[in-house]
Amino acid sequence: MADLVLRKVAKSYGEIRVLQDIDLDIRTGELIVFVGPSGCGKSTLLRMIAGLERISGGDLLIDGVRMNDVPPAQRGIAMVFQSYALYPHMTVRDNMGFALALAKKPRAEIAAAVERAARILQLTPYLDRLPKALSGGQRQRVAIGRAIVRDPKVYLFDEPLSNLDAALRVATRIEIAQLKEAMPQSTMIYVTHDQVEAMTLASRIVVLAGGGIAQVGSPLELYERPETEFVAQFIGSPAMNLLPGEVAATGTETLVRLEGGGVARSAVPTAAADLGLKVNVGVRPEDFHETEGEAIHAGAVAVTEALGEVTLLHFRPSGERTAVVAKLPGIRAGLRHRRVQLSADPAKVHLFAGGRSLLYR
Amino acid sequence: MEQVFPALATIVIGVGGCVGYFWASNLVLDRVIFPARGPKAGQNTSRANMLRPWLFLLPALLALGLYLAYPVFATAWLSLNRNTGGELAFVGLDNYRAMFAEAKFRESLRNNLLWLVVVPALSTGLGLMVAQLTDRIRWGNLAKSLIFMPMAISFVGASVIWKLIYDTREAGQAQIGLLNALWLRFEGGVWSTILLRALPALLLLGLAGVLAWLLWGQVGALARARLAGRVLRGPGMALGAWLVWVALSWAWGAATAQLPYGQPQFWLQIPFWNNFFLMAVLVWLQTGFAMVILSAALRGVPEETVEAAILDGANPFQIFFRIKVPQIMGTIVVVWTTITITVLKVFDIVRAMTGGQQETQVLANYMYDKLFVAVDWGVGSAAAMVILALVTPILVWNVWTARREMR
Repeated sequence: MADLVLRKVAKSYGEIRVLQDIDLDIRTGELIVFVGPSGCGKSTLLRMIAGLERISGGDLLIDGVRMNDVPPAQRGIAMVFQSYALYPHMTVRDNMGFALALAKKPRAEIAAAVERAARILQLTPYLDRLPKALSGGQRQRVAIGRAIVRDPKVYLFDEPLSNLDAALRVATRIEIAQLKEAMPQSTMIYVTHDQVEAMTLASRIVVLAGGGIAQVGSPLELYERPETEFVAQFIGSPAMNLLPGEVAATGTETLVRLEGGGVARSAVPTAAADLGLKVNVGVRPEDFHETEGEAIHAGAVAVTEALGEVTLLHFRPSGERTAVVAKLPGIRAGLRHRRVQLSADPAKVHLFAGGRSLLYR
Repeated sequence: MEQVFPALATIVIGVGGCVGYFWASNLVLDRVIFPARGPKAGQNTSRANMLRPWLFLLPALLALGLYLAYPVFATAWLSLNRNTGGELAFVGLDNYRAMFAEAKFRESLRNNLLWLVVVPALSTGLGLMVAQLTDRIRWGNLAKSLIFMPMAISFVGASVIWKLIYDTREAGQAQIGLLNALWLRFEGGVWSTILLRALPALLLLGLAGVLAWLLWGQVGALARARLAGRVLRGPGMALGAWLVWVALSWAWGAATAQLPYGQPQFWLQIPFWNNFFLMAVLVWLQTGFAMVILSAALRGVPEETVEAAILDGANPFQIFFRIKVPQIMGTIVVVWTTITITVLKVFDIVRAMTGGQQETQVLANYMYDKLFVAVDWGVGSAAAMVILALVTPILVWNVWTARREMR
């Protein structure tokens, strides 16, 4: 149970700046997920909080105490590694109790803490096994158990599920969610590149890009009100369509005439001064619906992907713009090569100018 | 020059002969014995494939059998016979009895045990230390190359180098031996006391302390262990207690010894201690080997386990001894046993430096003396059998651990 604060945190390797101006307030009981494209520095940021990487600039505060120069073991954090990082020569019991043994805790106390964590994670039958005699999912649970035993203020997870197969990943994801629920006072920071993990686990998501924070918010905030084109396209799959156009009418509802010939109505309000503004209209594939009337996009379907509950329609790209993708409910494989007109609810049409959403002006 | 051409011819004939054998025997197998045609073509092909590895291994198996397996049995037989004027007479275990009765043999056995304890421990320990210390520094590779270099020197060459280091000239003359040159710098002042009395005594006290601490840790384990565990641990602990006593008495000896300052020493003629001067040569040679293998093993320890240990609050010593060393224990055992086997066979160094005189005899040199100097085949073969009996279990352990490491 801890508040964790990052103030203007920066990281550079010599001349190369990896992260800068990271400001973040994390409150007790939150599960914060860092997402971002590979190489955005999300793991580096986590390792800086852990103390495995030096902080080049700014401050890291845990419960108000500056932690920049405090050794990792005294920061009150515990980390679960992507590769589990279990000690291969120790039994599950010794793996989980190692930190307490190093801290010279009495044996009875260590045994009790290990038993408790093993009960939570259903590892009791495996306590005397070596890690090599465990399955991937069990190893992952031991790694989590090693963190629980230390009773840390902050849990750090570095892509903990990426070494598991798809089915196990879903099961372990749910286990982590339940674990979080069972420990409402613990603060967790979780790094992943998997959107589903981010959306399902996070109380707030931090999107990192270009060495800084692109947006912080609850999963639905990021989905419904993305601040930038980058966040809009990063969250959600397939990515949001961006269609260039020009503002044709302003007011509580904005009308945009699109370069592709369509017309888009958006509930994002604009002022009279915005008339003629070059904007990108953002529509998520799943927000499109077929229409007979005024269309945002119209064209021949190049490829259909029938996934069962939905069908993805890929339109032929016109000019240099990226192909438009729409997601329609049900099986609509018959639409291939047919001309389709698409529209969307104005409340779900986003407007971006210069890469930033007009909502956040 | 006239030696070069026969040598070249031998190489050409040898390699050509091998290629010719593989080609011709393969041809005979495929065309004559099991031809891949006719009604039994499929069966013949699979039979030929089953036979082929043995066909190709045959020359090597024959050569190894002739030069390795046969001599073992012949030596065993010779050790049970007496050679009288070319005639073999079966004498049972008489050769062994005679040998064990001989003081020189018991001396070799004792010295071999000393070598066995000191050289592998020092080589592996120093190698591990160097491997860890040079792991992260910029000039680490340079240091490693320098320490590895003696590996390229033959045992005899190394012996000559070290004989010069131990060389002695009369007092008053310039000492060309490095050790005496250093020794004569000490004249009994404060620094002599600190370096030659206090430091060794402290080191030995430290060793005794570490041993005692390890032993104390085992006392608890002994109390909890079952009967079999107690039987196994008991002698080990007795040995440990004896080593503590030895270290303590040596510490006392080092602190109180009357050192003959100012007189050049004949290092290789100081009884008992001259063994250690010989061992230094082998340690110098083998540390590089241990370092290279252990350095590679240390690099193989997953970085994440080290980071996890840092987060768990381990200090650098705990990371080294409780995370890294246990993970490379298999490699350490392989290195240790490999050096142990080298030590059991040690011959060249003793032969070249003291010839086994002044109580430095070892088994291999004893065997050589008996076989080729005294021409006593019986006792010489018996000595060879003793070496074999000592090497075999260690070799088996070595191969077993190495295979397990490879999996």
